[in-house]
Amino acid sequence: MKEVVVLSGKGGTGKTIIVGSLAALAERKVLADCDVDAADLHLLLSPLERERNEFWSGQVACIDPDRCNECGLCEELCRFHAIKDFRVDEVSCEGCGLCRHVCPTEAITMRDNMAGYWFISDTKYGPLVHARLGIAQENSGKLVAVVRQQARKVAEEQALDYIISDGPPGIGCPVISSLSGAALALLVTEPTLSGMHDLERVLGVCRHFGVPAAVCINKHDLNEENSRQIESQCLSQGVTVVGKVPFDNVVTESIVHGVPIVEYTNGSISREMERTWNTLRTMLTNGSQG
Amino acid sequence: MIIPVASGKGGTGKTLVATSLALSLSGDYKVKLLDCDVEEPNDHVFLKPEITGSKAVSISVPKVDEEKCTYCGKCAEVCAYHAIAVLGKHVLTFPQLCHGCGACCYLCPEKVITEESREIGVVEWGCSGAVDLVQGRLSVGEAMAPPIIRKVKEYANNDDTVIIDVPPGTSCPVVEAIKGSDFCILVTEPTPFGLNDLALAVETVRDLGVPCGVVLNRAGVGDSKVEEYCEKENIPILLTIPLDMEIARLYSRGITLVDGMPQWKSIFLQLFDKVAEIVDERSRSTKR
Repeated sequence: MKEVVVLSGKGGTGKTIIVGSLAALAERKVLADCDVDAADLHLLLSPLERERNEFWSGQVACIDPDRCNECGLCEELCRFHAIKDFRVDEVSCEGCGLCRHVCPTEAITMRDNMAGYWFISDTKYGPLVHARLGIAQENSGKLVAVVRQQARKVAEEQALDYIISDGPPGIGCPVISSLSGAALALLVTEPTLSGMHDLERVLGVCRHFGVPAAVCINKHDLNEENSRQIESQCLSQGVTVVGKVPFDNVVTESIVHGVPIVEYTNGSISREMERTWNTLRTMLTNGSQG
Repeated sequence: MIIPVASGKGGTGKTLVATSLALSLSGDYKVKLLDCDVEEPNDHVFLKPEITGSKAVSISVPKVDEEKCTYCGKCAEVCAYHAIAVLGKHVLTFPQLCHGCGACCYLCPEKVITEESREIGVVEWGCSGAVDLVQGRLSVGEAMAPPIIRKVKEYANNDDTVIIDVPPGTSCPVVEAIKGSDFCILVTEPTPFGLNDLALAVETVRDLGVPCGVVLNRAGVGDSKVEEYCEKENIPILLTIPLDMEIARLYSRGITLVDGMPQWKSIFLQLFDKVAEIVDERSRSTKR
């Protein structure tokens, strides 16, 4: 079983659109939405929720005012500035528990934190593992790890060939959690200076964690000169450009209709998506060349 | 006044709004633009600032003096992040997991743990015309953005007009970038993705007690559900930017909207006036 994760660095370059199309094109796969704090893939796949599970992660400190003698030691030692006037700011608390250990009157307890939900759903394209991180919660990286673990389990149980995951933007904690150990990262970029800048950084993350990468240029005709520059930079770094998707308002229409673009139109965009998947599949079969 | 520009969904136009708003205001106000999208900072691409200074951002990670360590295991027991482990006569530390809380060091009964700095990124500052830019940059391969965002935000002060470019999403880096501000501008687009993520962002800012308003970008495609949502939730739509290939092309070349189309300057000034009015009204009603 091979795992492909779709990343971008910059947000809004079209990760979910591409994953939606791969969902419709690839056979024998499980889908995973690893963008747990702003998940959108479900909006294209109309999932039927089969399983809902609570995600408990981390702790928050809680001060019992009756036991607190207001010595202020906890506030002084808290590196996250999460205690003010003998009260805990739950948003700032990172759950380290130092305050509990040092409190001379044992007024502080640590409470387990329900940080979100994860789901296993059925879609017409196959099983989908997705999640929703609670508002203003930490530990998105851990929830991503749970989603991937569950997706692997589903793939093993049903002897599926692929895990296709929709990754988060950025290069930090949840991205690293989505990427490590995957067979291939598909990096979706756009021919804008910011898209190019961000692609360089996410390529750096792939190299850092030893995951081979391929690139898809979305809206490539928005700026042909930039697109050519992306292609030549990829070439010089030995990274394959597996797709060049044109700009088209039909993509927005397909989102409004809540279906993958390849199911919405037979136009040139859909043919380019098919080409992209065929190339990716070949790379995965042959052991991809980073 | 501190005004973060956030979105939930990535790529809706946060950077476009933040840079053009900062430039428009810089004639009349002392403006500071803080790029808190430290995983993928892009404001510099548009403002091309002259960087005049920088400072490494580090977090404290434990260093164990194994000559004096008794391998009692207290450090491993108290570490909530499993960043330190004691196996027989070895202490292993995992600096990437460490949050720098200092518990192991403070609670070590033998006092053999000290802290050393580990660099995870950098804060840089400079100026572009009359705009002061401060940006954070997480090093490639590092996981933790919030400590860098905290450092960038140290440059905010209430006498200046501070615009913050917020990372996408709704989790800890976003909270770190928005908390303590006066008003949050949420940029979205008129699609189901835009709406879904806007609703999450609204919940986040409400959780933080920060008032918000919406900038609707790429208007003209998609559907009208974002407008319906804003009306239902009583969230003002402060500005609508049409889907315009010329705007998209300027953006692709790293040119801000107000530099490429100067007629937008007065529109961004109006946006600011609306925000200032809401913030004023709010502070009057809380004083009452």
